[in-house]
Amino acid sequence: MTSYRLPNRGRVDHRKSVRFTFDGKSYQGLAGDTLASALLANGVHLMGRSFKYHRPRGVVSAGSDEPNALMGTRRGPGRFEPNTRATIQELRAGLEATSQNRWPSLAFDMGAINDNMGSLFSAGFYYKTFMWPRSFWDRVYEPIIRNAAGLGVSPTESDADTYASRFHHTDVLVVGAGPAGLAAALAAGRAGASVMLVDENAEPGGTLLSEPSVVIDGKPAWDWLAQALAELAGLPNVTVMTRTTAIGYYHQNLVGLAQRLTDHLDTAPSDAPRERMWKVRAREVVLAQGALEKPLVFDGNDRPGVMLAGAAQTYLNRFGVKVGDRPAIVTAHDSAWHAAFDLADAGAKPVAIVDVRPAVDTALTDRARALGIEVLLGRTVTGTSGRLRVKSLRVNRMEGGKPGAPRDIGCDAVLMCGGWTPCLHLFSHTQSKLAWDEALQVYLPGKKTEAVQIAGAGRGLWGIASTLEDGATAGATAARDAGHDATAQTHTVTADRTGSGVTCKELPTDKDPGKAKAFIDFQNDVTAKDIRLAVREGMRSIEHVKRYTTNGMATDQGKMSNVNGLMIASDALGKAPPQVGLTTFRPPYSPTTFGTFAGYHKDATFEVTRRTPIDGWAEANGAAFEPVALWRRAWYFPKPGEDMHAAVSRECRAARASVGIFDASTLGKIEVTGRDAVTFMERMYTNPWAKLGVGRCRYGLLLGEDGFIRDDGVIGRLSADRFHVTTTTGGAARVLNMMEDYLQTEWPDLKVWLTSTTEQWATIALQGPNARKLLEPFVEGIDISAEAFPHMAVAECTVAGFPARLFRISFTGELGFEVNVPARHGLALWEKLMAAGQQYDICPYGTETMHVLRAEKGYIIVGQDTDGTLTPDDAGLTWAIGKAKRDFVGKRSLARPDMVAKGRKQLVGLLTDDPKVVLQEGAQIVADPSQPKPMTMLGHVTSSYWSDALGRSIAMAVVVDGRDRDGQTLHVPMPDRTITAKVVKSTVFYDPENTRISA
Amino acid sequence: MLLIYCPYCEQDLPELEFAYAGEAHIARPADPAALSDEEWRDFLFIRSNPKGVHFERWRHLNGCARFFNAARETVGDKFLATYKAGEPRPDADALLASPTGDAK
Ligand SMILES: [Zn+2]
Repeated sequence: MTSYRLPNRGRVDHRKSVRFTFDGKSYQGLAGDTLASALLANGVHLMGRSFKYHRPRGVVSAGSDEPNALMGTRRGPGRFEPNTRATIQELRAGLEATSQNRWPSLAFDMGAINDNMGSLFSAGFYYKTFMWPRSFWDRVYEPIIRNAAGLGVSPTESDADTYASRFHHTDVLVVGAGPAGLAAALAAGRAGASVMLVDENAEPGGTLLSEPSVVIDGKPAWDWLAQALAELAGLPNVTVMTRTTAIGYYHQNLVGLAQRLTDHLDTAPSDAPRERMWKVRAREVVLAQGALEKPLVFDGNDRPGVMLAGAAQTYLNRFGVKVGDRPAIVTAHDSAWHAAFDLADAGAKPVAIVDVRPAVDTALTDRARALGIEVLLGRTVTGTSGRLRVKSLRVNRMEGGKPGAPRDIGCDAVLMCGGWTPCLHLFSHTQSKLAWDEALQVYLPGKKTEAVQIAGAGRGLWGIASTLEDGATAGATAARDAGHDATAQTHTVTADRTGSGVTCKELPTDKDPGKAKAFIDFQNDVTAKDIRLAVREGMRSIEHVKRYTTNGMATDQGKMSNVNGLMIASDALGKAPPQVGLTTFRPPYSPTTFGTFAGYHKDATFEVTRRTPIDGWAEANGAAFEPVALWRRAWYFPKPGEDMHAAVSRECRAARASVGIFDASTLGKIEVTGRDAVTFMERMYTNPWAKLGVGRCRYGLLLGEDGFIRDDGVIGRLSADRFHVTTTTGGAARVLNMMEDYLQTEWPDLKVWLTSTTEQWATIALQGPNARKLLEPFVEGIDISAEAFPHMAVAECTVAGFPARLFRISFTGELGFEVNVPARHGLALWEKLMAAGQQYDICPYGTETMHVLRAEKGYIIVGQDTDGTLTPDDAGLTWAIGKAKRDFVGKRSLARPDMVAKGRKQLVGLLTDDPKVVLQEGAQIVADPSQPKPMTMLGHVTSSYWSDALGRSIAMAVVVDGRDRDGQTLHVPMPDRTITAKVVKSTVFYDPENTRISA
Repeated sequence: MLLIYCPYCEQDLPELEFAYAGEAHIARPADPAALSDEEWRDFLFIRSNPKGVHFERWRHLNGCARFFNAARETVGDKFLATYKAGEPRPDADALLASPTGDAK
């Protein structure tokens, strides 16, 4: 294959070759190449297929705006990435790249039949084509969309890489290390400001890398660049980071940076993160992101070999790659003329420079003619030919505003330039306004909302001299605003390339414009006629045009397409561009891996796992665990050969027959103390507290101000001014927040202190007829006989020598105690109780058995049997409301008309007609299973278990007017059958007389 | 991510340390039972949701844990002022007219 590499040209290392593969074929590139430049050096322009029409596509750009050359890249297992931009991916040894959107091969693709079915895929095709008939959705449309939507293929293995993140603070953050950014960093850095200069490319320099002929401060551009970088490197207050993309600009000068650390390395170190997310808070930001070149819009502007003229200049000067031997240039801006001149200097033979403008600077035309390049002014381009590579260009002279006779010009590349768009994506992220500049025909920065300077081509300046000067001024201003004494340095520039251009809509054609495939958005396959169709079909707002056509909605975020789309929409609407408006730019600036966003927050560090002091014992004893809020809790303790059902039945039997031991340490605990503690409790909870004696406990019910149940738990009064409040495991933080809210903002006069003590206490529950016998020998300081320490007693004492708060409470219906000891003693106490409990066949049980035992007694679990829409009455808990209380949180709401109306869902018991059938929690309940669908739902099952004690299934449910339905048969439709069950008004299934609990 | 000035800690601190807590200056009625159903509904559910200056409550949850009030401009999402619970509501127009829009 012919090499398009030019020796001694570019910044690549010509002595260091790098082997890589593309679609399985081996190629050779050079160190310093990108994947795109290496392929171009091998004469490969065809790099992908478009996503909708599967049209063959070549690389268009040389930067992060690339819409076409998206590839899968792979480096071993778990390290596959789709949609890698070949223009950004640096070449590394052994890189495996594969093309996308093609089957069976890139050169011959079956999906390209879409290209001939263009009418099916015209603007709005998602909305129009796929509407009718309904049955076609599943069989035809959805598979088509699924195949068509989404570029590349998702990786199937989990990501083997690690990702990092870091916070940083700086006086001045400069985004973009082209001439403006470098000058800004020099000005601010020399003034002593802390400066961070970032650039998304592999090396700093920006335009200077593509314009080596410019002379700055008496030095060739690259020498000046090296000197500037050396100076910055020598300033301890300046940090320069390459391969670092500013992806988002957020409030108060917070900028997100995505830094690529290893993708360019031949071998990635095993201990290095692949990427790092920086969250930089800057006093001042300087945006020096330059300008993005626009394509020209003409029929066939997407053939492989058609690319941006500026990109060709970059491939030539930075990478030493000639994109063609006989390129034709099509332009609306002076800049492309210089690309032609550079190519001619490098030995290519540009066949023609076609300019849409009727007249240009004679210095350009003279130079072109001197180089033997044909000059064609005032022309339009009406087509190209060539299937997998452009072969010719169809050019017409414009005569009286209309295209004249066509002429074909043979070529092997077409370099186009439709002018330049100031890159203001990040500026727009801040909700700052853009202002249309009528003279330049571009959007420029308008009103600012942040402490930011925009420098260089980003505000419409052109040429190295003006951007350097502007950058120096912006850098000095930023440093001054950050409190440093700064002055802008001056630079002298010779051999500068200044220029100007015009902004175009689609180029005029002598052919049927309805048949033209003149692309605006290459990645989403949006053409000029799609935009015009959208306008004809009634889209007026540019935001609607965008969504209807999908223009600018691909991964390049409309970097190339937005302004071209706007010019055509504004022409079709007959309105000036600022009246049509510009779509909103949103972060991220360029596609960013999920890994970079996730950073350290994955696997074990995705979320904390809270463990109790007894967690290790449970693990060593074979517990199965379940997550409850952030805790992991022992779920059940299977013995060898036992499944969950067998283990839970055994645990239930043991607790009811002798004694079970349960780790209840996750219960939320709040210490409420102070002179006004009882007043505070009266106001917060529904229950009365004033008359609760010291040494007694009470079930407490907490409502929101809206009257709905928020939380519950047993609360012990330890002294006149001290309560030990327990909450649900998941509700502890919410309850404390709610208490603090009322205390700080509604009742700041109350002398009350709230302390979270959840993790200070280990809580061990002993439940069963032998609980007292087991515990008694360990207790010192109090008498725990039935008479001296009755149900709902609490006392401070010592248990097994540890200071303890002992509660006589039961969540099982059995004689029960909960021992609270300082967390550090929890495991020791557990082990002592386990050892002593052997004589009673003590059985550790987990949360599942706890659930079954409490359900047998009809004890609710807030958040399972309630869902934020249940009142105390709905849940059958009116007994927990202090009738004589004038006020408490939520009381007034309980009298609202909706809260006392008929038809509310009430918590009831549900017993299946077949006692062996266990209902599914969450299953819906209906009165008549033969009614037409959708059926009228009466409620749903909230708790459902197999009860070993009762030898049948039990369930609780919320049912409309449930208590009035006592004895009624209701139906639970399931996918395979309908289950019948009877409503029982009481949810207490076991020991309804409560004799066991007082034993 | 916003920076929020905690009037108790007297520092600008990242939003991550704070929790939003709804509209400010809606005091719980001293005698809820005296309110009509409509008045109680308004207290519970009706909020101003302005386009402009919103007075709202925040809690320095992962810091001093205090609730405080803030005036935030909802279009640009910028804090105009923060102040301690119990302090009077500042004048919205005066805040908007302040040249710095300083959150102090
Ligand atoms: Zn604070």
